[in-house]
Amino acid sequence: MISRRDFLQTSMAASAIVGTSGFGEWGRLAAQQALTQDQLLEFDTFGNVTLIHVTDIHAQMKPIYFREPSINVGVGDNTGHVPHITGADFRKLYGIDDGSPSHYALSSGDFSALAQAYGRVGGLDRVSTVINAIRADRPDALLLDGGDTWHGSYTCYHTQGQDMVNVMNALKPDAMTFHWEFTLGSDRVAKIVEGLPFAALGQNIFDAEWDEPAELFPPYQMFERGGIKIAVIGQAFPYMPIANPGWMFPEYAFGIRDEHMQEMVDQVRSEGAEVVVCLSHNGFDVDKKMAGIVSGIDVILSGHTHDALPEPVLVGETVIVASGSNGKFVSRVDLDVRDGRMMGFRHKLIPIFSDVIEPDAAVTAVIDGQRAPYMDQLTEVIGQSESLLYRRGNFNGTWDDLICDALLSEREADIALSPGVRWGPSILPGQDITREDIWNVTSMTYGAAYRTEMTGEFLHVVLEDVADNLFNPDPYYQQGGDMVRTGGLGYAIDISQPQGSRITDLTLLSTGEAIDPAKTYQVAGWASVNEGTEGPAIWDVVESHIRRQGTVTVTPNTAVKVTGI
Amino acid sequence: MQFTRRDALAVGAGAALVAGLPIRAMAMGDEYIEAFTGGAEVGEGGITLTAPEIAENGNTVPIEVSAEGATEIMVLALGNPVPPVATFKFGPLAASQDAKTRIRLAKTQDVVAIAKMDDGTFAKASASIKVTIGGCGG
Repeated sequence: MISRRDFLQTSMAASAIVGTSGFGEWGRLAAQQALTQDQLLEFDTFGNVTLIHVTDIHAQMKPIYFREPSINVGVGDNTGHVPHITGADFRKLYGIDDGSPSHYALSSGDFSALAQAYGRVGGLDRVSTVINAIRADRPDALLLDGGDTWHGSYTCYHTQGQDMVNVMNALKPDAMTFHWEFTLGSDRVAKIVEGLPFAALGQNIFDAEWDEPAELFPPYQMFERGGIKIAVIGQAFPYMPIANPGWMFPEYAFGIRDEHMQEMVDQVRSEGAEVVVCLSHNGFDVDKKMAGIVSGIDVILSGHTHDALPEPVLVGETVIVASGSNGKFVSRVDLDVRDGRMMGFRHKLIPIFSDVIEPDAAVTAVIDGQRAPYMDQLTEVIGQSESLLYRRGNFNGTWDDLICDALLSEREADIALSPGVRWGPSILPGQDITREDIWNVTSMTYGAAYRTEMTGEFLHVVLEDVADNLFNPDPYYQQGGDMVRTGGLGYAIDISQPQGSRITDLTLLSTGEAIDPAKTYQVAGWASVNEGTEGPAIWDVVESHIRRQGTVTVTPNTAVKVTGI
Repeated sequence: MQFTRRDALAVGAGAALVAGLPIRAMAMGDEYIEAFTGGAEVGEGGITLTAPEIAENGNTVPIEVSAEGATEIMVLALGNPVPPVATFKFGPLAASQDAKTRIRLAKTQDVVAIAKMDDGTFAKASASIKVTIGGCGG
């Protein structure tokens, strides 16, 4: 592992990520400077209100590697717009030098090599240092958590989210909204929320029976900071009962509900709010569309789709900020609010380089306290990887290829399906794979690895359905995930086609034969949203597979042919 | 067979009839609309249909219709085997012309609401509602 000293001496051209007070290309420090904590935190305090945004941490308390996607296709009006620009195109757009820290933090390409140089990212004790530094500039800054916080690790699973609740409480957030939290089950969520020392918000969290706002989750919270009245409106993930098992939280209904959002904006304005912030788990494209429909929101802090953007995107007079995932980034947004309206802003996406930012020892102690009872299980080495294992991207990543291989061999199936989730850190070539690493990409409360029969026709329907949930040209009809990952099954997809016509050339890879619509195939998968799904836990299936292999190698997947981009 | 006034059940000011009528499925909703409007021109605006973009459960999808000054609002689910869902009737004493119900949708489809206004004109709103098997949200 690279030490802090080595990092400072790295000869790679380094441009710290520094935001500007407006739009256009963001300012860069001169190349060749070594990266320091002071540079990462440098910010000319602006205006009279500061927002700090973290989102989609997925229970990653310790530093990790996280490769950003190389394939993130935009459709409809979002074709060719951020966040649907990746790799070298992304760097060109923002003027990021190849090989720079920003290249490593924000884009794909040369990931394994850059990871060796720049080290791990994230760690909530480092995040705490950044938050403390911002609070030193502006003591009454608002810390807002966009959700997907109490999900995604071994300890989070075994403590039913309590580890993350304890660590986040140490960071002292002011408000939060939700998505995967609900997969803890509504009773557990209610129990935690009732004890939270901050606001649990969701204007779109409704009582399913009466279709009325749910009492436990207020739509908004008013704050008075620096003499300014700030309204924070929560927007939970709209499609929870569809994308996740609704039977785990049958009391609640969600949806985008932009009419109700407008009502809430009008209400907080009438109550004297001078600036309106939406803490959202909509996903970026949905937030963009909502910003064009709902008037009066000044800032949307966007979560769910895990995009990390070095500049905000402006829709009308609404600023949309995307702050990445897995504890890799913190966004700072300073606002100048005068005469009852937002007059200007200054923004910086701060990458959490874990070897550069000093951990906050008090929070390290809290984190280690949560992990202590489980250290033997967490640290056990199951195998090694010769390949880079990553998940993010619209189609198969290497982690899911490995998981699909595990399902095919351990469950003796023809075809494997793995959900298109966006969470899960990366493993570098040559790195040990521990039990914790396996849980980081599989942990969930409905992780049974099922084995079932599906006809070729049904497989086609499934792929078409999921594809439309990703590539419907209207973001309001996109349900939220990436494409289901397939093992043992190849296909071609024309993204530009309507539902029912996108997927062709389904092929059973083991024989090279075309999938027969009338024939029945043995299919193994995990993360079914259906109640009563049976099978061994996916993490046990993957662990058994890796243990058998010893050293795993994943060859590039060429079984999915994408056209119509 | 037509969907007539007689098929609707008026209860107080705002009344809903969920039609489980054994009528034959006809091509799209045009015939129902024509029967409702008597062939009159149908405008846009003045009526609001609120529905989820993606149904959480296709068996019970909450919808709301409102049209100030309407005497009747008809709701059609164009992709269902039996498109007529409900006709809401509002008497002269109705405080608002607004109704909520839940409908069953067989598949992804357009739902249409047509209001008959007290001046005899008609207005239409529609919403596309997706019914998905889902299950992959990240």
